[in-house]
Amino acid sequence: MADWLQLFQRYLPDFIKGAGVTIELTAVGLTIGFVLGMALAVARVYGPKWLKAIAIGYIEIFRGTPLLVQLFLIYYGLPSLGLTLSQTLSAYLALGLNSAAYQAEYFRGAIQAIGSSQMTAGRAIGLSRWKTIWYIILPQAMRLMIPAWSNEPISLLKTTAVVFLIAVQDLMAKAKHAATDTYDPIGSYLAVAVVYLVMVFVLNWGLKYLERKTRIPGFEMEVNKS
Amino acid sequence: MTNPILTIKNLTKKYGDNVVFHDINLTVNEGDTIVIIGPSGTGKSTLLRCINLLTRADEGQVWLDDKEITAKDCDEDVVRQHIGMVFQNFLLFNHLTALDNVLLGLTKVKHMKPEEAKVKALMELERVGLSDRAGHYPGQLSGGQQQRVAIARALAMDPRIMLFDEPTSALDPELIGEVSDRIVFLEKGSIVEEGTPDELFYHPQHERTREFLWKITELYGKKETGKIDG
Amino acid sequence: MDVARFLQYIALGTVYTVGVTLIALPSGLILGTLFALLNVYSGKVVKWFTSLYSTMMRGIPPIVLLFILYFIVSGNINLSPFWAGSISLGIVSSAYQMEIIRGAILSVSGGQMMAARAIGMSKSQAIRNVIFPQTLRLAIPPWSNEAAIVIKDSSLVYALGVPEILRRAQLISASTQQPFLAYAAAAAIYFILVFVTNRLLDALERRLRIPANP
Repeated sequence: MADWLQLFQRYLPDFIKGAGVTIELTAVGLTIGFVLGMALAVARVYGPKWLKAIAIGYIEIFRGTPLLVQLFLIYYGLPSLGLTLSQTLSAYLALGLNSAAYQAEYFRGAIQAIGSSQMTAGRAIGLSRWKTIWYIILPQAMRLMIPAWSNEPISLLKTTAVVFLIAVQDLMAKAKHAATDTYDPIGSYLAVAVVYLVMVFVLNWGLKYLERKTRIPGFEMEVNKS
Repeated sequence: MTNPILTIKNLTKKYGDNVVFHDINLTVNEGDTIVIIGPSGTGKSTLLRCINLLTRADEGQVWLDDKEITAKDCDEDVVRQHIGMVFQNFLLFNHLTALDNVLLGLTKVKHMKPEEAKVKALMELERVGLSDRAGHYPGQLSGGQQQRVAIARALAMDPRIMLFDEPTSALDPELIGEVSDRIVFLEKGSIVEEGTPDELFYHPQHERTREFLWKITELYGKKETGKIDG
Repeated sequence: MDVARFLQYIALGTVYTVGVTLIALPSGLILGTLFALLNVYSGKVVKWFTSLYSTMMRGIPPIVLLFILYFIVSGNINLSPFWAGSISLGIVSSAYQMEIIRGAILSVSGGQMMAARAIGMSKSQAIRNVIFPQTLRLAIPPWSNEAAIVIKDSSLVYALGVPEILRRAQLISASTQQPFLAYAAAAAIYFILVFVTNRLLDALERRLRIPANP
């Protein structure tokens, strides 16, 4: 135990640096995934048939294959098609594209829960279809999906831990260094496990706070299911 | 025949500071039908559950025949085989057909041979007039049919006594009078009075009993008027 | 370059991927079910410990846990990376499966337990004959989701050197200089595995569904 605490102390500055990278990866992936996920969901619910098919295909493929394969495909595979991305950019892209597929489903659930009556109401006051989606449907959907969606940041944070396999210097990469340095893999990975746990708990707490703050009484998924 | 089959002595149940019922004494003789009436939330369901030990009373005793079933060394699983219970919302096993609902206790609790058990289970369903629904699942049965399966399930165990929780919420006082030998009026956790249907309905001794009866008669009367108008 | 041969080589990795999944998923189910039962039906202390287990395990990234467990397992028992990795993934999955089973147990109404006790069944008889058959049906859809996750997470044992689909794709991509094709082939196989698993479990759910009037 004393040895382990020493290891923890010695590598803590390193871990904090790695944790910073992990947080960046999560934030960027979440943002790309949010924007793209929203577009995918709108395409899936309101798009013409061909666009619907593309959105469904995208969502199924990205949810049906491991992130690690997507990451390798982007980092090692794309250069052979003439597109070379840095390790960090590849990681951002893989996490973003992957998260988009999951976030699209949260958006879709919320959009469908709002129902078609809001669309009718929007059209009735003379808004175009797209304007109704943008000004009426999506703002409501975003409020509605917060409780379910709040799983995604935590899930993504944990998912980022595989990007060290293409040598991105995240928290897990720092653990690997520590493991080779100290010949104590169990101690090193346990140490970063603690750091991950702290990040997950803080994030979870923050999201619960956000959920409470944005709650509108009577405006919940179940209530609006009709 | 006046052998007491069920004797309740000084039974008290509390949840924290909240007293559900207090110092209940009741004797039931073999062959008797006792109806307990009273406002909702007055402890009727909890009393029934304390009789078959689904809920443990805090004080007092329950005797079945000449055995104290509230005693510490009494096997509650064995006791419950002798006390049939039909719940307010029937609580049929959702994943089993009507027949299997009745069969389960026979094979798993009474350890009857499958063939014998099946014969008995079918007979019990026949008794409640549902042998043609043996293969149906609870979700495919009407409320009334579910209730009859629940009765068959309880009767199949050959219980000494049967407990019915709210057998029908729309039972009018006259009908209660026809089926029961004795009425017990329970209010705020204690027995206010008890007697034959005639005594209790037409000559109640307590003001609270009179008030309660007046209320339900009025309620029932209104329903009738509604029917005529419709 | 012989495309057919290298695709075949990658496809053979399916044996390992499926093998890892078939060890991890059931062992996670057994452990998870045990923890779920303890969590729902036992005393305060056990409840607290099983909840703690679930929170901790689900708060740590699977790959970090995989590495910790792998080094613990392989440090104490002489096991191949395949077995050590599979068992470790099973332990990771157990916390998620525990939550699935726990949720399903809790959504079977309390009345079912009461009705079973009322005809004289013991608690364990009631769990076996009444609660469990209903729990398992309710658990199939979320469990199907977890099965897909375990298939996908099986790619993590690539990092331990197990010659499963991803590892083989990497070897082929290095030797043929066709990384895109190699990884796309790997992706296609994973996709088919996940797709088929989900369809099979959907069919199972429909088959076991309890008939009811609409």
